[in-house]
Amino acid sequence: MRYALLIHYPQSPAVAPSPEAMNEGKAAFHAYANALNEAGVLRLAEILSTVDNATSISMKNGTLQVQDGPFADTKEAFAGIFIIDVPDLDAALAWAEKCPAARWGTIEVRPAGVRYVDGGWTNAT
Amino acid sequence: MDERDLAADAAARAEELARAAYGRLLAILAASGGDIELAEDCLADAFAEALESWPTSGVPRNPAAWLLTVARNRRQDIARSAAARRSDRLDDVAPGAAGDALSVLEDIDPDAIPDRRLALLFVCAHPAIDPAVRTPLMLQTVLGFEAVDIARAFAVPATTMAQRLVRAKRRIRDARIPFVVPERDQMPARLAPVLEAIYGAYAIDFPVVAGAQGRDDLALEAYHLAATVAELLPDDAEALGLAALISLSLARRPVGGASQEFVPLEEQDTSRWDAELIARGERYLERARALGSIGRFQLEAAIQSVHCARATTGVIDWRALQTLYAALLSVAPTLGARVAHAAAVARVDGAAAGLRLLELDGSESLRRFQPAWAARAHLFEEAGRLADAAVAYDRAISLTTDATSRRYLERRRAQLQNV
Repeated sequence: MRYALLIHYPQSPAVAPSPEAMNEGKAAFHAYANALNEAGVLRLAEILSTVDNATSISMKNGTLQVQDGPFADTKEAFAGIFIIDVPDLDAALAWAEKCPAARWGTIEVRPAGVRYVDGGWTNAT
Repeated sequence: MDERDLAADAAARAEELARAAYGRLLAILAASGGDIELAEDCLADAFAEALESWPTSGVPRNPAAWLLTVARNRRQDIARSAAARRSDRLDDVAPGAAGDALSVLEDIDPDAIPDRRLALLFVCAHPAIDPAVRTPLMLQTVLGFEAVDIARAFAVPATTMAQRLVRAKRRIRDARIPFVVPERDQMPARLAPVLEAIYGAYAIDFPVVAGAQGRDDLALEAYHLAATVAELLPDDAEALGLAALISLSLARRPVGGASQEFVPLEEQDTSRWDAELIARGERYLERARALGSIGRFQLEAAIQSVHCARATTGVIDWRALQTLYAALLSVAPTLGARVAHAAAVARVDGAAAGLRLLELDGSESLRRFQPAWAARAHLFEEAGRLADAAVAYDRAISLTTDATSRRYLERRRAQLQNV
């Protein structure tokens, strides 16, 4: 079963980490990705650029609305995603708990729904 | 001695003192006024001044007293320059030792400097302080560790750790948490979080990123804290029990370059254990026993002692372990103790008896507890229930984030016949 570990943490410039903290964070994520990879459960890992680089668009009102900024302005913003393939939720939680960002943010664990592969949608299980 | 030697000697002395006397000096300085940050700054200034003046003037007869005096003077300067209207009361000076004159302190035996570290420990683990920052706070104030090193040991970014420490110190100052040792009637309730914080540093569940190094560092630091508390509270059975527990467990840690292979405790080569630490642990345990009160840490230490005894007897007394774990479960029921108890019961009464104790009872935490699945897998295998063992191994493996443990389980899983 595939699970998404959705990483959220504060990203306002006021809480921007120092270069050293940034390097420590990178090293921690590198070790984490290596551990997932070694366990054979990692499918995808992306850490995004900070939320001040986001642009959001919508055509809900019929015309194109382009907004400078994220979809939702929250204290903890979406920061990255790990897709892992593990037998069940308990295993996904065991890995989520070890995510470095759990120490300064929140990890939302969500089972995958359907997935587009080779021209068709398949159940993600 | 030429100038360079003198300088090196002074530097070495200052560093030695920094380690040995840091917590004592800081505890005294912080106790008056309750401002740990200010005390740290003043003490740092005093150490800097020592490095500057000792090489030329020589190391003073009582270096600790010298540092204390300089730090106090520094604080007085700060208080004055801040145009504080009220005079600095310096209420940390013991009655009778009025005045700060160097000449007075020169004659004082360093051991006569009052030891306020215990009060400082109680401040660090005060109920109003976030449990997550208690141990880091103890390590920094009592043992003098740098925030950077503490952050590494706890696998959090250095800036995050520094912020947490500063916030806690300001809280201590602004909320006026008193620097006192609790009265006898409050002692058990207040001591528990102190011991808990130290135990937490020893037993911390590390994220995959910290690796074996951080783990070993922190275990050693926990040992120093536990030994300090045992020295300060020589009549408290649990304080002694904790020191015994950490000594005995630390004695079995692999030294120098942890092996890449997981070796179960009962298969470890006992000649690699640290006999000196075991002896020290046994002495703590002996003293704890003599006090005639049983507690969680003493029981855990006694369990470690049974395992350590294999170094001399060559066997593990499973019956003793079964009894000790049963006692531990009644005092402090944890999942870890429940699994260990089941494993001991299985040794005495057979795998089926052990498995009965590990039956899933609908508790979510037991279902998610990796050691429970590893134990079930071993016991199913022993009982010849290979299909059940395979399922349990798979589940244990899926819950294991540590690579060495996972490799061990995968090997055991692969050795199951025809499943």
